[in-house]
Amino acid sequence: MNMEGTNSASQAWAVEVQGLIKSFGSHFALRGIDLEVREGECVVICGANGAGKTTLIKVLAAIMNPSSGRVLVNGLNLKDNAEEVRRRIGVVTHQTFLYGNLTAYENLEFYCRMYDVPRRKERIHEVVAMLGMTSRLYERVGTLSRGMQQRLSIARCLLHKPAIMLLDEPETGLDQQAISMLWKALPTEGEGKCTIILTTLNLERGLELGERLLILDKGKIVYQGSTEALDVADLKEAYQHSMRVGV
Amino acid sequence: MKESYVARSGLLGLSFILLVVALYLVFIYVPTDETIGIVQRIFYFHVPVAWVAFLAFFIVFIGSILYLWKRESKWDIIASSSAEVGIVFTTLVLITGSIWAKPIWGVWWVWDARLTTSLVLWLIYVAYLIVRAYAAEEHRGARFAAVVAIVGFIDVPIVALAITLWRTQHPGPVIFQGGLAPSMLLTLLVCLAAFTTLYFLLLIQGISIKNGEGETKRLRELCSWGYNKGGE
Amino acid sequence: MRFWRKVIAITGKDAVSEMRTKEIVPSVLVFALLVMVIFNFAFGARQEMMALIAPGVLWATFAFAGVLSLNRSFVLEKEDGCLEGLMVCPISREVIYVGKMLGSLLFLLIIEAIALPIFAFLFNLAVLSLQMVVITVLTTIGFVAVGTLFSALAVNTKARELVLPILFFPVVAPIIISAVRASGLALSGEPWSGLSPWLQIIGAFDAIFLVVSFLVFAFVIEQ
Repeated sequence: MNMEGTNSASQAWAVEVQGLIKSFGSHFALRGIDLEVREGECVVICGANGAGKTTLIKVLAAIMNPSSGRVLVNGLNLKDNAEEVRRRIGVVTHQTFLYGNLTAYENLEFYCRMYDVPRRKERIHEVVAMLGMTSRLYERVGTLSRGMQQRLSIARCLLHKPAIMLLDEPETGLDQQAISMLWKALPTEGEGKCTIILTTLNLERGLELGERLLILDKGKIVYQGSTEALDVADLKEAYQHSMRVGV
Repeated sequence: MKESYVARSGLLGLSFILLVVALYLVFIYVPTDETIGIVQRIFYFHVPVAWVAFLAFFIVFIGSILYLWKRESKWDIIASSSAEVGIVFTTLVLITGSIWAKPIWGVWWVWDARLTTSLVLWLIYVAYLIVRAYAAEEHRGARFAAVVAIVGFIDVPIVALAITLWRTQHPGPVIFQGGLAPSMLLTLLVCLAAFTTLYFLLLIQGISIKNGEGETKRLRELCSWGYNKGGE
Repeated sequence: MRFWRKVIAITGKDAVSEMRTKEIVPSVLVFALLVMVIFNFAFGARQEMMALIAPGVLWATFAFAGVLSLNRSFVLEKEDGCLEGLMVCPISREVIYVGKMLGSLLFLLIIEAIALPIFAFLFNLAVLSLQMVVITVLTTIGFVAVGTLFSALAVNTKARELVLPILFFPVVAPIIISAVRASGLALSGEPWSGLSPWLQIIGAFDAIFLVVSFLVFAFVIEQ
């Protein structure tokens, strides 16, 4: 895989990561990650707990500074343009980022203001209709079920039409039905294809959703490849082997 | 490794000599004060120890600023080692101030402006160490402590100002006043030098212990990583 | 302008949340009243005593109430990761600081506005002068300037309700001293000139720590 992109080629990369290292004191969470993601691609990152998935997402979301290495999002260097980068990114994690005491509408309106979304009311109704939540718009978020809250979280993420979506184990705490509704809610066609980087513990789900699969282990990428020709059983063996060998 | 061992031994020797000389000067050489008596000798410990307490805090402040700016753990190690030595010396300020107060005013504690400021300094040191210990993750603890040190250091002059103004409006016992005879000045300066050297000795000891701990952690990390080097 | 619009959005969000749950203002207010009553029991009720101890009781009460209120400030953001939600937005970290600080200021001023007349009633003192109002507002600004910073810090530690007071009280000691002295002078009818050294200390503290906290806040909430 190409390590260096030329100027014209780098325009096609939505996300470019070169030699990313992140350490906390003496503990290394990411030990040199190299990654390119094309616009519109859906990349799934799998890994055990502590592999560095969340850290990688946080760095890409520009809320954590790399200890060393380069990260480019839509051609912008993360270090110098953190705010601009955040404008183009939407983040969904297993925490909803929603205020339980406020209604769904108030939450979405708040985030519209934070992201400088024009014509707030229209946009909120648009997004909520897309996700089929219009009836619950004026209810307090605390009264919604966990599955509904996660869907609302995706609505929150879509308000500012992000070019890239980062999803960190979004299916945590959801039942099967809620999970399938969640995936249906993700814009893979239509709104202009959004680049999606998604982390999950669930290997089978990952293969279903993504075009490309990465396996992260102890801060390094130990496997990378397209999901088409993959056999789940083979992969599970490789995945568990790398987990067994670790301490 | 060898150079720092030589430096540390040198510092240890110097410190020892200065302390012995200081003890001689304080207990044998300097004449007893006419008005207050033998207790006055504690002044030769109280003042240098107070000076070191504030010097230590200054180093914590500088170390904290450099740590937040450069993010190199060596600055954090200097700051935290200085804080550990500093709180010990600040405790000594409070104790020696107390020992002075008891025979002279009959009370264990006086709300003298300087002593009260030292008490607040002590509380800020405690806050610094507690924030380090109670942080959810270690690296965040270092950053939090640095912030506390910066806010605390900027705060101490304001504390001193407020307390001094308070005390001048309601004057009470004052621990030190008046001029110094040459023999007293000499004794004071030697004690100052002795305690400052002692501070640097303890600081360097503390730093080398923390460096050792850091090395151990790094090696442990490397070992656990070594099990799974993957495609390298 | 964008800065202030977002700051107001954050403060507004906190205000709406508080109006709905009434978590902070009523409970802290009741706490303040209880503290005043306990101090009264502790120091006896003779009228001459009242005038002497009143400023101290008032500011001890406001300091404790302040810590309680500031504690809640970031606890709400910790739930459901909302603080991270704010950090992911294209806003500067200082927007979060100012937004939360103004929210805490608003709540504390409301609590103090209600507590002061009750204090006047219980202690039979004329606390509702312009001087007292100025002292209270200035000191409260100092409380929230430093308290918001420390609240964001404490919420990421293991014993958050204990860590905040341990950080807060030593650092605001100078403005508590100044507020008590100035209040004492104000209650005995001193003109503004008598109060001015104390007000200057509080003012200087406010200015310095608004700036310092503003600059240093990003380091505290960084992941």
